Amino acid sequence: MTDKTGARETVLGRIRDALALAPKPDEQVERAYRTGRTLPAEERLDLLVDRLVDYKAVVHPCTAATTASTIARVLAARGARTVGVPAGLDRSWLAGFDGTVREDSPDVPAPRLNDLDGVVTASAVTCAETGTLFLDGSPDQGRRALSLVPDLHVCVVDLSTVEVGVPEALARLVPERPTTLISGPSATSDIELERVEGVHGPRTLDVVIRTDV
Amino acid sequence: MSSTFLGMPAAPPRAPYGEGNLRGDKKFPKAAHTELRNEQLRENLHRATHTIRAKRLAMTGELPDWEQLRAAGSAIKTDTMNRLPELLEQLEEKVTAAGGTVHWARDAVEANAIVTRLVEATGSSEVIKVKSMATQEIGLNEHLEERGIQAHETDLAELIVQLAHDKPSHILVPAIHRNRDEIRQIFLKGIPGVDPGLDSVPAHLAAAARAYLREKFMTTKVAVSGANFGIAETGTLSVVESEGNGRMCLTLPDTLITVMGIEKVLPRYSDLEVFFQLLPRSSTGERMNPYTSLWTGVTPGDGPQDFHLVLLDNGRTAALADSVGREALNCIRCSACLNVCPVYERAGGHAYGSTYPGPIGAVLTPQLAGMHEAKNDPNSSLPYASTLCGACFDACPVKIDIPSLLVELRHQHTEQSGTTAEKLAMKAAGAVMSRPKLYTNAQKAAGLGRVIAGRDRKISHLPPPFDGWSESRDTPAPPKQTFRSWLASAEGAATLRKAAAEGTGAPSHPSTGENPEEQR
Repeated sequence: MTDKTGARETVLGRIRDALALAPKPDEQVERAYRTGRTLPAEERLDLLVDRLVDYKAVVHPCTAATTASTIARVLAARGARTVGVPAGLDRSWLAGFDGTVREDSPDVPAPRLNDLDGVVTASAVTCAETGTLFLDGSPDQGRRALSLVPDLHVCVVDLSTVEVGVPEALARLVPERPTTLISGPSATSDIELERVEGVHGPRTLDVVIRTDV
Repeated sequence: MSSTFLGMPAAPPRAPYGEGNLRGDKKFPKAAHTELRNEQLRENLHRATHTIRAKRLAMTGELPDWEQLRAAGSAIKTDTMNRLPELLEQLEEKVTAAGGTVHWARDAVEANAIVTRLVEATGSSEVIKVKSMATQEIGLNEHLEERGIQAHETDLAELIVQLAHDKPSHILVPAIHRNRDEIRQIFLKGIPGVDPGLDSVPAHLAAAARAYLREKFMTTKVAVSGANFGIAETGTLSVVESEGNGRMCLTLPDTLITVMGIEKVLPRYSDLEVFFQLLPRSSTGERMNPYTSLWTGVTPGDGPQDFHLVLLDNGRTAALADSVGREALNCIRCSACLNVCPVYERAGGHAYGSTYPGPIGAVLTPQLAGMHEAKNDPNSSLPYASTLCGACFDACPVKIDIPSLLVELRHQHTEQSGTTAEKLAMKAAGAVMSRPKLYTNAQKAAGLGRVIAGRDRKISHLPPPFDGWSESRDTPAPPKQTFRSWLASAEGAATLRKAAAEGTGAPSHPSTGENPEEQR
């Protein structure tokens, strides 16, 4: 414990010494980049779809009324028979699904999530310009492991939560919540800097966009 | 000011000599000489760096406010360095309040000891790792191995490097020096139970890594990560990645240990809006990397319930004490400077001998670890591993003026190396050049250099004190005749008269003898 305190004081002391030896004038941070952007719903949707498709996510536009049938169709097309859902997910979304639905809880050991064919979650915010979904661990999105371990992630996005750019999307988040930014299925550029989709995270990302919500 | 601030400030120490991976065993020219002979390496590097250059330009060009983002990124980093003590104390306070434990490490030795102690306390004999420059810098894996703890790298490229008992050669893609066929061979040899029919299609290679690592993710109780950003205002840490191995490590184990350089702190959560735009576009040439994780201490029911943050100095304060050099601490490890560097593209990352290769490595490594720590310190050659072309400065998302830093480090090197043969030679040259007659005679004498030139009229080894110069470049043999003696000759006078008469000032080359142009 004394050693730990010693290291802390030493490092902080070194920093103060360094700043005294090489003082720099105060820096004013000028934020001249674009913030607070808005776009009409239709343009936001077009931009988002373009960006999602570019990074190999599969997009399924629908409405509040067709949410359940759209999700059922997506899961059927992927051959998913057992899907996991977070405890707070609107279960009416799965009304059209005839397979097994498993509600997740923190007690379920992670390896058990391997048994799921896929997972359906909601999302907190989405950034159109980069095609990025933000999950923040809210009850309808669940713990981070749930949307990570299964090989298929069906993510529901309400168009009203879609922001134009990164600054606008980040401004809607609660910093302290465990947050995951997802842009397409997992990928790597490690072999000859060529992008390959599908490594450890879900290899398939289906995005269901509710255009009237 | 603080209670420790008594009397004159002392220059902070460099990273301890012989610890970690901040120094090669050869000087750059010598190391590069070996690497340059490796044609496969040069081909791999050429293909990879050119692919990424085009992607980066397309993605940065897509944003009309790219320059404004760069300016903001640079200013945020400079402001951060000015306020480093208060920001680190704030980060510590917030992480602690959120259920995490903060540790401070003066250097690599202390950081390795802290991580080892924390792993041992869990009873686990293995850890899974997210790719991290800081833990590579301090040589954590090697240290853990000595203590009987096995570290599994889970990033695909780091896995390739680890399985091949190789060293990383790039900040972002550590296995950039390997092509798909070599990776296939490495996997066939190194992954237990791999399908012997594995081919070299990148998607299949990635799938083999997925199958191999999945079990490790599910069963290993401790993870070690680095951090791209640490937010002082909220205590939030962030890891930016692509494959999902980061998410696995940050989410599934019971214990998470994050090693973060003290310069990685950012003041505000909203500062991420700048860096989440700058980093992916500069590094992989993507609008956004597939996955970014943000976590604050411990969240009940979600992720590791035991979280430790190790704040690492290891020479960073020494860099901070240099008013020019400290700019290198603004680096966000995107690797754009490596990908545009003509020297990196040919020599590769191993020639730099450090965890940090390329242009940023050439300015960061000597500052973290020093360049006069031993006789013929290999790090003293790094500031010269550049043509000063400036491509790195243009590419840097936080506008680090790498060429100016290189020049400053060269200056520091010559100042510190005392009276060298090179210095004496320069002084002698100055004296000769200031006396025209002596200079003419000296030029004539230089013609003798033809004697030591090879048949290709190149001199590859100059005698002392000029051997430093010829270490990394060939010198053309001096011509038979100097320009001045040619001009004074009948032929020169005739050419000059002819040119004056024509009024063009462009005399044709003399048809006989050597081309005087060569003598410049």
